[in-house]
Amino acid sequence: MNSVILQIAARYVRWMLLIFALVALIRGHNYPGGGFIGGLLAGLALIYDGFAFDHKRISKKRKINPVGYIGVGLLLIFISLLFGILSGDVLMKGIWISLNLPLLGQLKLGTPFIFDIGVFFVVIGITILFFLSLKRR
Amino acid sequence: MNCVALPILIPLVLMIMQIFFRRKIFSQWLGISGSLLLLLSTFYLFGQVTKHGILTLNVGGWPAPYGITLVIDYLSILMLVISAVIIFCISIYAVSFLKTTGEKQRFYIAFYALILGLNGAFITGDVFNLYVWFEVMLISSFVLITLGSSREQLSGGIKYLSLNLIGSLLFLAGIGLLFGKTGTLNMAQLAEILREDDSAILLNTSAMLFFVAFGIKAAIFPLFFWLPASYHTPNITITSLFAGLLTKVGVYTMIRFFTLFFVQDQPFWHNLLLTLAGLTMFIGGSAAIAQYEIRKILSYHIISQIGYMVMGLGIFTPLGLAGGIFFTLHNMIAKTNTFLVSGMVFKLKGNYHLKNIGGLVKESPLLAVLFIIPAFALAGVPPLSGFFAKFILIKAGFEDGHYFVTAVAVFTGLLTLYSMIKIWNEAFLKKSPEDPSHEKDKIKLSLLEVLPSILLGLISLGMGIFASSVFGYTMEAANQLINPSIYIETVLYNQ
Repeated sequence: MNSVILQIAARYVRWMLLIFALVALIRGHNYPGGGFIGGLLAGLALIYDGFAFDHKRISKKRKINPVGYIGVGLLLIFISLLFGILSGDVLMKGIWISLNLPLLGQLKLGTPFIFDIGVFFVVIGITILFFLSLKRR
Repeated sequence: MNCVALPILIPLVLMIMQIFFRRKIFSQWLGISGSLLLLLSTFYLFGQVTKHGILTLNVGGWPAPYGITLVIDYLSILMLVISAVIIFCISIYAVSFLKTTGEKQRFYIAFYALILGLNGAFITGDVFNLYVWFEVMLISSFVLITLGSSREQLSGGIKYLSLNLIGSLLFLAGIGLLFGKTGTLNMAQLAEILREDDSAILLNTSAMLFFVAFGIKAAIFPLFFWLPASYHTPNITITSLFAGLLTKVGVYTMIRFFTLFFVQDQPFWHNLLLTLAGLTMFIGGSAAIAQYEIRKILSYHIISQIGYMVMGLGIFTPLGLAGGIFFTLHNMIAKTNTFLVSGMVFKLKGNYHLKNIGGLVKESPLLAVLFIIPAFALAGVPPLSGFFAKFILIKAGFEDGHYFVTAVAVFTGLLTLYSMIKIWNEAFLKKSPEDPSHEKDKIKLSLLEVLPSILLGLISLGMGIFASSVFGYTMEAANQLINPSIYIETVLYNQ
């Protein structure tokens, strides 16, 4: 597809989608959102170029390897599973720490967040993988 | 340390490693040694189950009805061990029977994803979690079917995926109804609620949705169409893997659901199960007779033999269930082995069609022996495993007075024998239709190629010779299924 409007919009929409994706990812534990939705949004941001310009741009110019994304995501998921065992409890036990930051107030961080980031990457990888394999035909 | 989660964790780690280290040699040896590790871990868990009884693990530390519980009882561990044996053999077989390096690398990634889903389905104690594992299996098996990305494979893969997605949809609808009625999806708590409840007749709607969903997965009589449409398309390694494992997960879940909590309205369900079992056996067996392509004959046989497993469930006495489980275990091994042998026939002759091949008995006597063992095991010739499996089922059928379906089972045994003898006559005994004057260079099978088949053949033989001890374990499993109070007690109250 060769549309000037889409190509110019791509520059801005991409970043908007990525920021949205991150917001969805971070608020995910207690509110609607999370790794899966965030991953879909971020995947959409990355394949926007493919719609606007050419699908080869994704794999060549941006050097994105979808299987690598899936691997990193699965690795993060696996690491988040291990925290429970390492702390002497059962598998997948959520471990939480709370930080007192000067401006933001109390921030709670836990292993479910690592799991969510893992899901985020797996979903990005799968989205790009599907897009590239469909475009190649 | 609690090792219940090992059958899930090992494939997950292996999958990650396969993604990151994609050198050719490395991915092969990692594939084989990883499956060996999985096999050893299931042996260890088997020891634990025989020592301590049912093992449970509450994932994430959430106690039983609230979190997801992983449960390993006798039925689960028997399925885990036998599937780990098949996985080990397939991982060796893949080294020599997948063509390109890229194909091998992608194969091992999707292979471990499939095993992740498979083992998860065997050990989960939660209905929704089971659904998730089914999806993991469905997606990775779709990737495996279309691995060669030829036109034929894509068409087979689409048929497979679309029919199985309908199954998943019904499964999900069934889960919705079940959750709406009981407010829980933990299998043990479901059993506790539903076994006490007199108005449980209302649950027949959701039971029927589950039954159709698992029926599609297991390929029983009116729902089996996806199987012959797709199983002959992928590489033979992948067909063997599917033949041994995929449909049996459907049977496993059916046994689990219809012994643990869908036990109301028994006359209706058992008549339905027995009728469909008889039809599945007969139609699968007679459809196989009409085929002349080895993989298609064997594919229809998968369907036919699902009937026997469902029959064990339909009889619903301890002996009948034990027979059904014994048959499932025997069939997983023998069925995979026949497909492995057909792959070797293809390697030697370059053709799967019975009319175009022949003379294998002279060309490769070892291959003939390797074929005879699983073929006769499937047909039920003593002293191989299939004889005892069928014997127990038929005895249970007569004891409980199901004469008609038992007669069908005996008759289908003859049909199986006929098809196996047909393959034997055409592929092995008959003279080769190729012109002997300009014979090609003889292809020899290497040790690595025949090793998986030898292993599986020995296990078929061993399950026949040590039938009494295997029967002892399946009887334990059947007793646990008939009296689920121990299961419920262990999962819910004995943390």
